[in-house]
Amino acid sequence: MILVGPRGTDDLVIRRARLRKTTVDVRIDKGVIAAIGERLDANGHRVIEADGLLVAPAFVDPHVHLRTPGREDEETLASGTAAAAAGGYCAILAMPNTDPVVDSTDVLRGLRARAAEEAAIPVGFTAAITVGQAGAQLTEMGALADAGAAAFTDDGRPVSSAGLMRRALEYNAITGRRLALHCEEPSLTRGGHMHMGSVSAELGLGGWPSLGESLGVARELSLARDTAQPLHLMHLSARESVEHLRAAQAAGVDASAEATPHHLCLTDEAVRSLDPNLKMNPPLRTSDDRAALVEALNDGTIAAVATDHAPHSREEKDVPFEAAPFGVTGLETAFAALHTHLVEPGLVSLETLLERMSAGPARIFGLEPPRIAVGAAANLVLLDPAASWRVREDRFRSRSSNSWLVGKRLRGKVVLTVAAGRVAYEA
Amino acid sequence: MTELHVVPGDLLPPQPTGRRHLLSIADLTRDDVERLLATSRSFALSQERDNKKLPTLRGRLVVNMFFESSTRTSSSFELAAKRLSADTLSFKASGSSVDKGESLKDTALTLSAYEPDVIVIRHPQIGAPQLVARATDAHVVNAGDGKHQHPTQALLDLYSIHSTLGRLEGVHVAIVGDVLHSRVARSLVQALRLVGASVTLVGPPPLLPAELAATSYEIDSIAAADVVYVLRMQRERMDEGANYVPSLREYSARWCVTPERLRPGQKVMHPGPMNRGVEIDPRVADSDASLVVDQVRAGLIVRMAVLYDLLTTGPVLVETAMEVA
Repeated sequence: MILVGPRGTDDLVIRRARLRKTTVDVRIDKGVIAAIGERLDANGHRVIEADGLLVAPAFVDPHVHLRTPGREDEETLASGTAAAAAGGYCAILAMPNTDPVVDSTDVLRGLRARAAEEAAIPVGFTAAITVGQAGAQLTEMGALADAGAAAFTDDGRPVSSAGLMRRALEYNAITGRRLALHCEEPSLTRGGHMHMGSVSAELGLGGWPSLGESLGVARELSLARDTAQPLHLMHLSARESVEHLRAAQAAGVDASAEATPHHLCLTDEAVRSLDPNLKMNPPLRTSDDRAALVEALNDGTIAAVATDHAPHSREEKDVPFEAAPFGVTGLETAFAALHTHLVEPGLVSLETLLERMSAGPARIFGLEPPRIAVGAAANLVLLDPAASWRVREDRFRSRSSNSWLVGKRLRGKVVLTVAAGRVAYEA
Repeated sequence: MTELHVVPGDLLPPQPTGRRHLLSIADLTRDDVERLLATSRSFALSQERDNKKLPTLRGRLVVNMFFESSTRTSSSFELAAKRLSADTLSFKASGSSVDKGESLKDTALTLSAYEPDVIVIRHPQIGAPQLVARATDAHVVNAGDGKHQHPTQALLDLYSIHSTLGRLEGVHVAIVGDVLHSRVARSLVQALRLVGASVTLVGPPPLLPAELAATSYEIDSIAAADVVYVLRMQRERMDEGANYVPSLREYSARWCVTPERLRPGQKVMHPGPMNRGVEIDPRVADSDASLVVDQVRAGLIVRMAVLYDLLTTGPVLVETAMEVA
């Protein structure tokens, strides 16, 4: 089992929810969808009046930083999964760049045991590709996979040696899990604080060029083709990266990819404010890059939305832009941000967005895709696409509030989350 | 010499201006720039008198926070505030609680307890003035943040060019040297564009961001300029091993501004500090073509104008006084 989470299930009847073009009741018996139809018998279950709200498969986020162990002041398993539940997620994958790094079965087992006690929704833990994410020695990937590692990644510290990456791809064939790669050529991105282009030239901020990512993407795709192994590309940001990916997929490489809400919604123009909550790695890029990401999300080249939820303490982010660490939170605002900035302007259909936030990432990582179907485990959200709300710092369930959306008004709201048969969040 | 009178109305508490900060030239309009230059010209007259002090900002507090070394900028801001009768409090990072690990935000909040009207900040990191502006109620003036902006330098440069050539519109300025690491160049390019002047950037390819303005790698191209603006090689801002130029020897052989590379009538400017013999030949620095001393003098009155502009409204004191006279 990859996911660990809270025990217990709920019995529930959801009345008059909109499912595709019909209005239905959904009955959940012991955490499983038992019936979908009109005017279902409540059977003594708790009744939730959806009153025309949209019911959809709950979301899956393959890229979350829970900061545990090591930085529990920024996020804990409890706070991070509560934030995920509030964002409509029924499963998330946590990154291993913690302190200590998740590079041994001891650390992994410890986390899984704590998650069974503390997590609000099911969570999977990824493990490092190299010991300490130091890029020198492979972790015991076989034992880690047996202990439940969801995938392998050195996120945040790309494996710089092509030879070692090739070895990791070859060896990983025994695990059946995916390597998830943060592509970055450090000699091109050193000293970079934002996308290298006209805005960085004007602001004087060190540039992090598109090539810093796409060169790494091209390398990893070449290695995947050469070894005939699958891989996953994390948080793509540049048009050139998307083009490399599309070509590799056409050539038969088993390569998947994700994009974040901030890269799908924003461009480097936003950095002019010098607000540290607009500083991420990889950085926000141009409107042309954003268009390429949206196009790839639409045609499925990029099959997953991932938040790259990266909590930072207030004192770390309340500094000059140039001194601030990379990363923003995103779990609690992902759907609303993408609904507001992609669906409402007509760039992406609601149906496509919901698929890329749920079944898309689930399939990539070998998880059961959430479905609204009789017999399926109840992993569902109630959404109010018309609801307008203001993002407030004091309402976050995350322990951190380094969001680019604080104070912004969004349209589209998660009203209820059922994860693995339990009510995990109610607005 | 013009006699200066203080009209009583100028001693009334100044009204809020709506002009909050001076963080970047990018925030200014052409009207803003022209108003600031006109105010500067008025203050220039006041500085020709024996008693150079004006009562305009009496009772106001200007805090200078300098987290990077500075000679010209810190001294001229302090003197500008004093010439306008404001109290000044000059804070230098070394020897303060910054050495004990105090964050910029906490330092700003601590100094805010004295309720300064203006905080002038220089800091090595881009975005530091914006942080202080977010954290305090004071008007914030950016006195240089990393490689980003140095707006009062650009204003004093415009002032110097205007007082020497009598115009700004249509003037052609060649900026020579390390543009990439220069907040002075970033501010000046924007300011020159605002007032209708044109710019060419001249120097080694890796140090010329082509997004900013027209570029040339040939030093001969400075011949077309009315003003040659020379920049220092900012080695302290270059990453080790970055190899922007192979050596300073190769740099000065190709791009040093020498008397032979200038034509008669051209003016030469430099924001200081100069590295004589690297980017500028000492014979040029000390020649009549050099406006370096004019720039320093302009720094005082332009900074007086900036402080005045942020804290007051209405007609400029000296012009009003002259009309009365």
